[in-house]
Amino acid sequence: MGVTSKLGNLGVVTTTLDVAVNWARNGAMWPLLFGLACCAIEYMATQASNYDLSRFGMELNRATPRQADLLIVSGRVTRKMAPVIRQLYDQMASPKWVIAMGDCASCGGVYNNYAVVQGVDEIIPVDVYVAGCPPRPEQLLHGIMTLQEKVNGMTIKEWA
Amino acid sequence: MFPQQASDPAAALKAALPDALLDVKEFRGEITLIIQREQIAEVARFMRDTPGLLFTFLSDISAVDYYPEATRPERFGVSYHLYSLLYNRKVRLKVFVPEDDTTVPTATDVWPSANWPEREIFDMMGISFDGHPDMRRLLMPEDWDGHPHRRDYPLGYETIQFSFNVEEILKHKPSARDARSTND
Amino acid sequence: MAIQQAPDTQIQGGQWDGSLEELRGLVSERAMTGETMLLNMGPHHPSTHGVLRLLLELDGEEIVTCIPDIGFLHTGIEKNIESKSYEKAVVLTDRMDYLSPISNNTVYSMAVEKLADIDVPERAQLIRVTVLELQRLASHLVWLGTHAIDLGAMSVFLYCFREREKILDMLEMLSGQRLMGSYIRPGGVWRDITPEFLPALRAFLDIVPSRIDDYETLLTRNPLWIDRTQGIGVVEPEVALAWGISGPTLRGSGVNWDIRKSSPYMGYETFDFNVPLGEHGDVYDRFLCRVREMRVTVKILYQAYARLEKQPTGIFRSQNRKFVPPPRAELGRSMEAVIHHFKLWTEGFSAPDEEVYVSIESPRGEIGCYMHGTGGTKPRRVHFKTPSFIHIGALPVMTKGHLIADLVAIVGSIDCVLGDCDR
Repeated sequence: MGVTSKLGNLGVVTTTLDVAVNWARNGAMWPLLFGLACCAIEYMATQASNYDLSRFGMELNRATPRQADLLIVSGRVTRKMAPVIRQLYDQMASPKWVIAMGDCASCGGVYNNYAVVQGVDEIIPVDVYVAGCPPRPEQLLHGIMTLQEKVNGMTIKEWA
Repeated sequence: MFPQQASDPAAALKAALPDALLDVKEFRGEITLIIQREQIAEVARFMRDTPGLLFTFLSDISAVDYYPEATRPERFGVSYHLYSLLYNRKVRLKVFVPEDDTTVPTATDVWPSANWPEREIFDMMGISFDGHPDMRRLLMPEDWDGHPHRRDYPLGYETIQFSFNVEEILKHKPSARDARSTND
Repeated sequence: MAIQQAPDTQIQGGQWDGSLEELRGLVSERAMTGETMLLNMGPHHPSTHGVLRLLLELDGEEIVTCIPDIGFLHTGIEKNIESKSYEKAVVLTDRMDYLSPISNNTVYSMAVEKLADIDVPERAQLIRVTVLELQRLASHLVWLGTHAIDLGAMSVFLYCFREREKILDMLEMLSGQRLMGSYIRPGGVWRDITPEFLPALRAFLDIVPSRIDDYETLLTRNPLWIDRTQGIGVVEPEVALAWGISGPTLRGSGVNWDIRKSSPYMGYETFDFNVPLGEHGDVYDRFLCRVREMRVTVKILYQAYARLEKQPTGIFRSQNRKFVPPPRAELGRSMEAVIHHFKLWTEGFSAPDEEVYVSIESPRGEIGCYMHGTGGTKPRRVHFKTPSFIHIGALPVMTKGHLIADLVAIVGSIDCVLGDCDR
């Protein structure tokens, strides 16, 4: 299994490698240019100059899921849209993370009816849930920073 | 030439198509003309083309389901909201549709803007429009069963999760149970 | 009532497994033989302003047929409202056209007021006009930013959102929330304007005209912008009316119809403003219409500010306690207030078993609310006629014969919001 198995647990070398890789992943995590509903407008406001997302390395929103690391599900997920989101998630390459932004993506939000999937975690695994309807830009930034802490806690177990 | 003076829609309709107009209602300043269902297309053309009426703009087509109360003659009602730019006034044409024969002649030949509202009513209420160029579902997925805006269609809500029914609710959500990242 | 379970969710992604036969009749015969290409501009696309799916039949790069497929954001709001009382449903109406929630609130509240015969005091109407125009400005700013960024002008997006932040701050002072404030409720507005609102409004109005000049400097005489937008998506006035187009999209073709002028509501007849019109009906004229509308909005806001300054506090909602809950301070002093509070918050007020239709001028066009009561406390049917729904339905006519790049410009110029379209 890569470096640790071949050379033994070298302590300092492998943990520094984890830190370095997570730093790289955190510093330039590219979100998918994906917005569903009202939360997408707040996402755009977060991207704009007042609450800049570029300082997190997220200036580039990739239109194609193949090049994106982060899927921010911003808005209500309807039953018609659900297979599309699933396909987008499947097309993203590992490592990938998902932020469920807003109440509708986290749990169905205000809508509890035939048309809305009650939380996008019914379809795809979610890393961070951000509450709010819509969440303020500061809340979304807090969610992104929480995701960054989560990424910092990851270790490399498998080298492909 | 100068346009003709505005004429009363109910009177004009009664003069031209007497058996199409069933009733005239007025509520809060809005005039509703109850029209015989089979003749709605002729009435629509009459309202659009007749000088003095000239209702060239179709604002909206709405359908309402009167189930389960039997206060109206038939189960469904379809309302056409018309607006005349020249005379700056509105009128509503209302058609009642029975449960066993949910078809209405289409208005797309008169106002092309009726295309999507009629498709939405077909999708949501199950009322189909004869002569519509493209009678398919619009908002729901193509293979959806049922017509959601009918009053006997359930709202389809998820029950509130308490500790006594959490297992049963999570049975329906395969990914929510094990919502874990796949990156480790 | 029987417990209703949500259906099992076994969602899998996959390719479209239909056949070409399904499209017979919708696309031209040349697509059946493969002479023209079918391209899916899917629900996930950077330039479609939301989850809009367009099935394009292309002859090279020219569009022969364009079939919009909507419903990816259909939330069942209308059916949800049927199970809520009239006051509680205001929250749901916010989220339809999420770029101008105040307009949705207003049209719904006006329909309730018409149906149940609730009065709106004059000062409440004045506050409503102020907030409506602020919301119109905010919506046009988002439109301009996204339209420009679709066609490549990225800095306009950042400038527009900078101004929008100030408007959102002001809306937050009023309703507590940046978007989705549910500020406008049947009978008036939710609460009175706060003391910091009027100075903030004045400071904002003083800088906005120069900012709009900035946007115009970047775009209006820009040869790239003119090349991309002039002569594109031309709609003749009769065609536009026949296809139900309204709002700035219609006024770009030269038709002088603005509901604020033709059927004034909320006291608009007392304000002095003009309605900008276009001439050719192309994307450029619609762009000019909206930019000029922003300036007209600033003019209306100056007048509204002057009136509000004379009465910074006062009544803001109808005093009819049969429909409007009493303020909490009154509950300690009056038994009737307690009873009204109890009745209104447990079951709500009743509306007659009749139908009404109200329409106002939202930033997108004519938004209408058809409401049919039951005689009880919940509506029988609420249907919203939303401008984006009609405009996207008219897309096939507007895009025929254009290139895909022009399609992006046209979709931007009709200012569609998919939440507005799908509800």
